[in-house]
Amino acid sequence: MTRTTFLPAFHISVVSGRLAVRHALAQLLDGLKPLALDVEEAGTVELVMAEALNNIVEHAYPETDASGPIDITCAHEDDGLHLTVTDSGRAMPDGQTPVGTAAEIDVDFCDMPEGGFGWFLIKDLAKDVTYQRQDNQNRLRLRLAVALA
Amino acid sequence: MDLRSRSEDSLQVVSVHDSRIDAAVAIEFKEAMRSATDSGNDTVVLDLSEVQFIDSSGLGAIVAAMKQMGQSRKLALAGLTPTVEKVFRLTRMDSVFPVFPTLDGALTELKT
Repeated sequence: MTRTTFLPAFHISVVSGRLAVRHALAQLLDGLKPLALDVEEAGTVELVMAEALNNIVEHAYPETDASGPIDITCAHEDDGLHLTVTDSGRAMPDGQTPVGTAAEIDVDFCDMPEGGFGWFLIKDLAKDVTYQRQDNQNRLRLRLAVALA
Repeated sequence: MDLRSRSEDSLQVVSVHDSRIDAAVAIEFKEAMRSATDSGNDTVVLDLSEVQFIDSSGLGAIVAAMKQMGQSRKLALAGLTPTVEKVFRLTRMDSVFPVFPTLDGALTELKT
């Protein structure tokens, strides 16, 4: 089946905080409803965006800082969903995203990792991940190869 | 975080009555698991059949729950829905926990 219509680009805005990620994900999945993504594709979108947004709430706007805006745009093209996430919080350390290597699990019981899975999941599931710091803003772009033409 | 615990013969079953284990509730989940498993059976089956979504924070909280139970006890997972299963598979955490497609299957297997 060839897809002849594309979902118009849409925009979501939330303010960082404990439930910001849930609210943003609910709005995003709601906006994607016309695409009727299957459970696999919807799971990929929700997981990647949850990790990207959790990182912003946790690191760009840590609890000691004031909360701030998180903006998401979603554009549907031939090669999938192009997502851009912008925030005005702290910059990524070293000016780049973490490499996202898989957490080491062949370790002793007490050393089993309880974190460090987020960037691995983003880089494993998303394509064309780029990060820019410009005008005191973080801009993360990525593509999800779902709802392809 | 709504966790309900019951005994099934020699097993303890903890069912999660929430649709998400995510960053917003990860700490709460870990603490609720601590209370639920503080004393009790050596083998605990975590019934995840109502959980539609888990993120890396939720995954970390389940690992933490296993660690706080101690190495002499076992935490098994049952009823993984598609996105939950995906997270465990991609991170290879499905090789760390005994994972069962259904709660009934887990009970049958673990009781023997």
